[in-house]
Amino acid sequence: MLKIENLQAEIDGKAILKGLNIEVKAGEVHAIMGPNGAGKSTLASVIAGKEEYEVTGGNIELNGEDISELAPEERAHNGVFLSFQYPVEIPGVSVTNFIKTAINETRKAKGLEDMPAKDMLKMIREKSELLEIDRKFLGRSLNEGFSGGEKKRNEIFQMAMLEPKLAILDETDSGLDIDALRIVANGVNKLKSKDNAVIVITHYQRLLDYIVPDFVHVLHDGKIVKTGDASLALELEAKGYDWIKQELV
Amino acid sequence: MELQDKLLSSYVAFENKVDINSDVHEIRSEAFKNFEALGFPTKKLEAWKYTSLKSVLKQDYSLFPNKDVAVELADVKQYFIHEIDSYKVVFIDGKYSSFLSQTTHDQYDVCLMSSALSSPKYKETIDKYFNKIAKQDNLTSLNTAFATEGAYINIPKNTVVKKPIQIINFTTGSETATMVQPRNLVVVGENAQVQIIERHQSLNSNPVLSNIVTEVFADKASNVDIYKIQNDEETASLVDNSYIEQKSNSVVSVHTFSFGGNITRNNLNFYQKGEHIDSILKGVTIIEGKQHVDHHTLVHHIEPNCESHQDYKGIYDERSTAVFNGKVIVEKEAQKTNAYQQNNNVLLSDKATINAKPQLEIFADDVKCSHGCTIGQLDDDALFYMQQRGIPEKQGKGLLMFAFANTVLESVKIPEVKQRITKLIANKLGVNIGFDL
Repeated sequence: MLKIENLQAEIDGKAILKGLNIEVKAGEVHAIMGPNGAGKSTLASVIAGKEEYEVTGGNIELNGEDISELAPEERAHNGVFLSFQYPVEIPGVSVTNFIKTAINETRKAKGLEDMPAKDMLKMIREKSELLEIDRKFLGRSLNEGFSGGEKKRNEIFQMAMLEPKLAILDETDSGLDIDALRIVANGVNKLKSKDNAVIVITHYQRLLDYIVPDFVHVLHDGKIVKTGDASLALELEAKGYDWIKQELV
Repeated sequence: MELQDKLLSSYVAFENKVDINSDVHEIRSEAFKNFEALGFPTKKLEAWKYTSLKSVLKQDYSLFPNKDVAVELADVKQYFIHEIDSYKVVFIDGKYSSFLSQTTHDQYDVCLMSSALSSPKYKETIDKYFNKIAKQDNLTSLNTAFATEGAYINIPKNTVVKKPIQIINFTTGSETATMVQPRNLVVVGENAQVQIIERHQSLNSNPVLSNIVTEVFADKASNVDIYKIQNDEETASLVDNSYIEQKSNSVVSVHTFSFGGNITRNNLNFYQKGEHIDSILKGVTIIEGKQHVDHHTLVHHIEPNCESHQDYKGIYDERSTAVFNGKVIVEKEAQKTNAYQQNNNVLLSDKATINAKPQLEIFADDVKCSHGCTIGQLDDDALFYMQQRGIPEKQGKGLLMFAFANTVLESVKIPEVKQRITKLIANKLGVNIGFDL
């Protein structure tokens, strides 16, 4: 599904990713962990196509196609979804109207007609129930005045609506209490299938109790320096990151 | 001939057509002298520092357009909010169109200024209200000097006007250039309610200058909502002078939607004469090309325990220019005043300009007055967020601007007006909003 080779990226002339390799196959869940400043969020932004980051080397392939020159919306149309660490507030556009626009723009890009209103409503109802989202919430301005938990639940709700091939969850667990964490993780698990893949970027092992990864990668100084199975996350939780840094020396 | 000289020398001809022995004409003559002394405003005046009428005044306007031009309803229907049943007071080149209008004298008067000025039946009201709060400045004086026609609305106390009133001034462009000076009077009795929609529209691209004066008197506990739709040809200029006097417990709102025109100047003045008054001033301006929109607002807090809420948003593209000058005066007696003023602007081009100036003069010590003014570009993070969800950049920008302007629409009470404005905004921003509101 996703194949990244020797990826190098910088922002304002400062190198952040320094030759990163990762391969994610359909049906897999990958966790990317690492200390602050390792480049985790940069990786998410670069895959999603944020313009501030300049890709200086390597390539990003999605289902065999190089996406590194595509606009963010084109990547989205190809099935890339990024759950933001800090979802942006957009006053004046309701959650429902925003997701309708997103879905119909994606359909338009694929040469499809708008989704019939009846189907849209049914889907909104189903997916909001999955994330235990109140109907009133859907009429509110996007993310405006939402609590941290509401913002993250709203991200996963949008993911459920858009049905991406590759979902990247950037620190989706931060700012969540244990109930919200369970709801969000449960939502992600229900959406998982053999045809899609999930990359979970996290600082802590906590989320991985709920979304169990097939692979755990440690990102340090712009590179993947260690890869293991779910037990690596537990080891990191217990021992911190310093031992890995020492291994590297 | 310069427009000023032309106006001055035409006054004798004008006086031949009106009753010069009336009280009203005394007011006109007084105003004429005033204009003669003051002339047109120039950029030397502080209030006109950023708005020059020079190019507008150069046109050779026909002052009393007199051709009868047939206007078919089908051609102008789009300029009405036709989805609702309403009273209509319609003028074509400054003259009343009975064909397009729907007036009433049943429970209240929704009719013509010309009949109100000439019929003894209305004399008491005219004597009491005509030109009583309008300023004696250049352009208001000019309007008063030639005041003959416009809308006359008088709502007795405890009366709710059943349907909105649309006041529409069409100019046909039958003359190479046309100047019109409508004069409206709105008197709203105690505990009465009325909603008014106002529009100026030229039907071709010959130059037009409209210099309009509207006086509104809102008695105790009355409720008045005014919606001004300014979406005219790029050759049409408008000076809108509105004066609103409020008595205790009244609520008056004015929404101004400025989406097009050559030079548009809004002088919006509120005078609070009573307690527990609420004055609401809102505006959305979206312009491009070389268009110019100037909002000059004044809220005069004279007595205690009153509120005012101002919220103006603007989006400017290309070489368009704009002014927001919001003046709030809180008199010494006006304790416990709550005055809010917000003015947010987005510049889409390096060549676009906004001159924003909040002006607060506060003489009372126990008041809450806040003002905020921002000038910025679109939020890149918000745009990336939208693109990430599959919304293309152009759509995303449109949606962001739409959302930015949309918050002003929340207080629009007539759903059909809200819908129309929403559509105008969406068209203006070239965005398919992809959903119904």
